[in-house]
Amino acid sequence: MLGSYRAELLKLRKRSAVWVLFGAGLVLSLIFGYLLPYLGYATGDGNQQTDGIPRSEVLRGVLPERVMDNTIGGFPVFAGALALVLGAIVVGSEYTWGTLKTILTQRPGRTTLLGGQLLGLLTMLAVWVLGIFVACSLCSIGIAAAEGAPMDWPGPLTLLKGLAGGWFVLTLWCLAGAALAVAFRNVALPIGLGVVWILGIEALLAGVVSSLLPDLRFLSDAMPGANAGALVFSVTGMTAADAPPGVRDAVSGGRALSTMLVYSAVFVVLAMVTNRRRDVS
Amino acid sequence: MNATTAPLVEVSGLTKRYGDTLAVDGVDLTVLPGEVYGFLGPNGAGKTTTLRILTGLIAPTSGTVRVLGGAPGQAQVLARTGSMIESPAFYPYLSGLDNLRLLAEYAEVPRTRIHEVLALVDLAGRAKDRFSTYSLGMKQRLGVAAALLKDPELVILDEPTNGLDPAGMRDMRRLIRELGADGRTVLLSSHLLGEVQQICDRVGIISEGRMVAEHLVDDLRTEQELVIRATPRESARSILTEALGAAAVHQYDDTLRVKVAPDRAAEVNRLLVEAGIAVSELHSTERALEDVFFELTTTDNGPEKTNAG
Ligand SMILES: Nc1ncnc2c1ncn2[C@@H]1O[C@H](COP(=O)(O)OP(=O)(O)O)[C@@H](O)[C@H]1O
Ligand SMILES: [Mg+2]
Repeated sequence: MLGSYRAELLKLRKRSAVWVLFGAGLVLSLIFGYLLPYLGYATGDGNQQTDGIPRSEVLRGVLPERVMDNTIGGFPVFAGALALVLGAIVVGSEYTWGTLKTILTQRPGRTTLLGGQLLGLLTMLAVWVLGIFVACSLCSIGIAAAEGAPMDWPGPLTLLKGLAGGWFVLTLWCLAGAALAVAFRNVALPIGLGVVWILGIEALLAGVVSSLLPDLRFLSDAMPGANAGALVFSVTGMTAADAPPGVRDAVSGGRALSTMLVYSAVFVVLAMVTNRRRDVS
Repeated sequence: MNATTAPLVEVSGLTKRYGDTLAVDGVDLTVLPGEVYGFLGPNGAGKTTTLRILTGLIAPTSGTVRVLGGAPGQAQVLARTGSMIESPAFYPYLSGLDNLRLLAEYAEVPRTRIHEVLALVDLAGRAKDRFSTYSLGMKQRLGVAAALLKDPELVILDEPTNGLDPAGMRDMRRLIRELGADGRTVLLSSHLLGEVQQICDRVGIISEGRMVAEHLVDDLRTEQELVIRATPRESARSILTEALGAAAVHQYDDTLRVKVAPDRAAEVNRLLVEAGIAVSELHSTERALEDVFFELTTTDNGPEKTNAG
């Protein structure tokens, strides 16, 4: 298992697509977390951005005290979609390149191989989350210094909870991408299906349920995206008013966490079972 | 049977069905230690399917398979087997060296082995280039290098000369012969008769999923026959058929071929001349493996029987 894990890290580290995805996630976090709000703040009251929200509140949103909101606020939707793409390309290209057969004839069993692969992915996701956190921290330090605003940081426990929660949200979507890639032995189809799910179906369902079919709320509250949003909501200091799209308190933090654990386990088991006996050709 | 002569590969009654296609149909195959075994058959005969089963990539529909005394795909079996199945598949964005590095991690072999195998396939000079920039010949050689990483007792190579230019083929065949000379057991599939004739000790011929023959290559090669040009040809054919049996006589282009030992040439000649047939040519020849092959793999309604009437 250790050998498989090390091999996986080597493959991930040297693959430019991985860094492109990470870069995209980071840049999007900075644009929506800092650049746009700060521009809104700097260009004054008349701007649409600050419509209805006092300027001082806008500034507070980009200071170190809210760094965790900006680090993981986008995870349930866009970074989640990027994580799903990561899982799908890394696992799916083993099929499209035919490298699965090359590896399996070397030595590792199928479960060991997939296990090492998933662990490698989770490791890289942690690196990604830390990278986004560091970049967001630097931005908020810069803004605080420029505006002469206070540099109050969240407590270490809050930071840790936020980082772990964000990592788990990405993990959930990445595992979904990996499971779809194993199921379809492909890259493109899982990406298409997964992204349509995250960006389209989740939001549509939530909208339809809240406006037309309130009796089906149990269904929309059981969706992976809704639970990811609820987890992020519960580990950050956001309010319903300033939460980004996809982040809301659909369910409690505890329930979100356990639902996500169930989904992750299901994705892993599905991938492992499908992978176990099937012909590799 | 003691440990040194027990077969490394024992396959019996092996069948693999894909939907309606019977890709492999009751194949029996035995590979002995130290031999270079040629698994010969035309495209689509079922070679790759059989080799995939031997390496645990796919499960047989029925039949028994033992590789190195274990079940195919078991970790301890794979640890002693190196293989390249169908086309060489590697990570295109990594160098040849990095590809082997990570395979060495998977295979749990020391990194020092990587440079040995790169030198063995003569790829050390280009090891740091990306795999996607390699020529087909280099890709095949990297595939063989990967197969040799574990310093395996059994090497399984599926059409390793496919798509190579003549020089590439010659180098690859030399490499395989060296593997055999080193005492490794090699199971090589090919659709090229000449190749098997050059490299292998023993050959199993597969056609449409069935094993049609298993021979020592030398036995096949030394089978002799007489080539006869005589007029009228049909009378010559019926006289020879009567004297030697239908199985010994067949027509090839405008000559008759007679399967008898060369020292019976005079006897055959006298038979024809006494019947008033003009013999313009009579000599003995080694039957090419190609002839044997077509004889074994063509079905009964083949071209040879159509001119009987
Ligand atoms: N995955 C598959 N699904 C369906 N049919 C297959 C599959 N793999 C091979 N076949 C069929 O099985 C037969 C044998 O193929 P193969 O073993 O690749 O032949 P060879 O390697 O001797 O050229 C062919 O008719 C091929 O079309
Ligand atoms: Mg083949």
